[in-house]
Amino acid sequence: MTPAGVELRDLTIGYTRRRAFRANTVTKIAANLTAVARRGELTALVGPNGAGKSTLLRTLCGLQPPLGGQVFVDGEDLATVRPADLATRISVVLTDRIDPGLLTVRELVALGRTPHLPASARVSPEDRAAVDWALDAVGATPLASRQFGELSDGQRQRTLAARALAQDPSLLVLDEPTSFLDVPSRVELVDVLGRLAREQNLAVVMSTHELELAFRVSDRMWLLDADRTLTCDTPAALAESGRIGAAFDRGRMRFDPRRMVFDLEAENNRV
Amino acid sequence: MTAVLKTPEPAVDRRLDASPRAGRVTVVFVALAVAVAVATVLSVTLGSVTVPLAETVRVLSGGSATDTRWDMVIRDLRLPRTVTALAVGAALGIAGLQMQTLFRNALADPFILGASSGASLGVAVVVVAGGGGAGGFTAGLAGLGRAGVVIAAALGAAAVLLLIVVLARWVKSAVTLLLIGVMLGSATTAVVSVLLVYADPQRSQQFLVWGLGSFTATTWSDLRLLVPVVLGGIAVALLTVRALNALLLGEGYARSMGIDIRIVRLTTVISAALLAGATTAFCGPIGFLGLIVPHLARMAFGTSDHRVLLPGVALLGGALALICGIVSQMPGTDTVFPLNAVTAIVGAPVVIAVLIRSRRGALGAAL
Repeated sequence: MTPAGVELRDLTIGYTRRRAFRANTVTKIAANLTAVARRGELTALVGPNGAGKSTLLRTLCGLQPPLGGQVFVDGEDLATVRPADLATRISVVLTDRIDPGLLTVRELVALGRTPHLPASARVSPEDRAAVDWALDAVGATPLASRQFGELSDGQRQRTLAARALAQDPSLLVLDEPTSFLDVPSRVELVDVLGRLAREQNLAVVMSTHELELAFRVSDRMWLLDADRTLTCDTPAALAESGRIGAAFDRGRMRFDPRRMVFDLEAENNRV
Repeated sequence: MTAVLKTPEPAVDRRLDASPRAGRVTVVFVALAVAVAVATVLSVTLGSVTVPLAETVRVLSGGSATDTRWDMVIRDLRLPRTVTALAVGAALGIAGLQMQTLFRNALADPFILGASSGASLGVAVVVVAGGGGAGGFTAGLAGLGRAGVVIAAALGAAAVLLLIVVLARWVKSAVTLLLIGVMLGSATTAVVSVLLVYADPQRSQQFLVWGLGSFTATTWSDLRLLVPVVLGGIAVALLTVRALNALLLGEGYARSMGIDIRIVRLTTVISAALLAGATTAFCGPIGFLGLIVPHLARMAFGTSDHRVLLPGVALLGGALALICGIVSQMPGTDTVFPLNAVTAIVGAPVVIAVLIRSRRGALGAAL
């Protein structure tokens, strides 16, 4: 019996590059990844640049096929689910810079209803209610009539999170939602995500470079190392294990597992 | 911790909250409907001879003119021209909108992406084959008459667009893809001119005149083919509204919302090929309308929502095509300007304005 939420089982990630006039090339990024992210929990995916976090998240939400192994969402193998059905279970906030033209925040959030709409894109009262709820859940209701193009980065991320929520998923995947945000916006957004996970019983998986923030707010962490191994544990256990230090300590920077923060060693301590 | 989120927003936001969007859309639709009606009446009235307005209204409302000459002018010349302009404007506007959203590029349209050149190639093949009395298949195609020309034009347009879609598998950059479209268009045009060398001189002369673009060459029997094909293209376009809206966020988001990109591309290409192919077959390759109509519609409606834009560009395209048609006829004179000269003179400033308006200087920003 697989638990509610996400389970990676022996997953191999990477991508197949189509090349004109030549054979396709397959690049393996990481293999044998096994982890869980439960419903009702905020899971933070951390790891150094280039470890394959984005590739893992794209595989997790079905945007690219795994090279091996399986991803289960609520016990169902993603490979067996039709893309149209997948969209009603998983929604994403990507790092793609988007430029949708003239759309208000409400219209953009309403795009999240796409998988629930008929081909004519006719919106039902139920869809409207879902949009209102999603706007409210991230505190974006006052922004509803603003043009998306005029928003600050923080407001944009909140809008994109609302769009993902309007899709009514059981798994919410966010690729570095906190980058480009100032400190208060970062904390606010991550706080919203944690609250949504608990209140809506969602599995929320987000990648982030904000290690200290991740330690403070996440219920579970996935560490994707430079050596391409994935460790899944609670923040406290992960801190204790010393793997964080091994992955991120550099120069004078040291991770203090007890306080879960990075310290800068004094200059004279260096040998 | 949630207290942070309850911070009252500035009063400005609250005022903006009473969205004027729905009202604006209605007003613009009514204005466009009036514009189409007025342009229709003008298009019937104005020409080398001016039909009295009262006669025009009488005939348009189902009656007969006081003089049978007016009756003939209106029924056999002006009305087919008017219906052609409406159909072509709507078709090119919709095809342009589809191309701009599909290729995520503000400068895409069937003309620039080579669809019109492809259609020209199809027509040229028929013209050359008809003239030279070449082998069975092509001669048979020419033997189909107007329908054959339409089929050849639509196939030509579809061939170029499909080639671009195939290349899009490897080319991720929208700008590169657009340039490839421009190159394909040039190459196709070159093939057309090579073909014309082998055509009978009188026919290649006809072809060159056709290439200048015109709404006046169509008869009622042509319209019995053009109008249904355009309506068919629009019907296919309506099927893609939901997907085109999702594509506003880019392919990644569209796929994450369950949109099958390959199906959308194929459906859109079929629709655009029908629209651009049919109009090119009857009126020649017409530039600028497909490019500017979607931009003008976005500015007028203030939204990129295809549920509003699709009917919007059809009306606006119809009105604009009528106006261009009227101008090209130089009312009151016997002079007729090439239609493409008029659309370019109207269109070029609009394109420049669009490029300047897009604040970030990015091509996609005007979308």
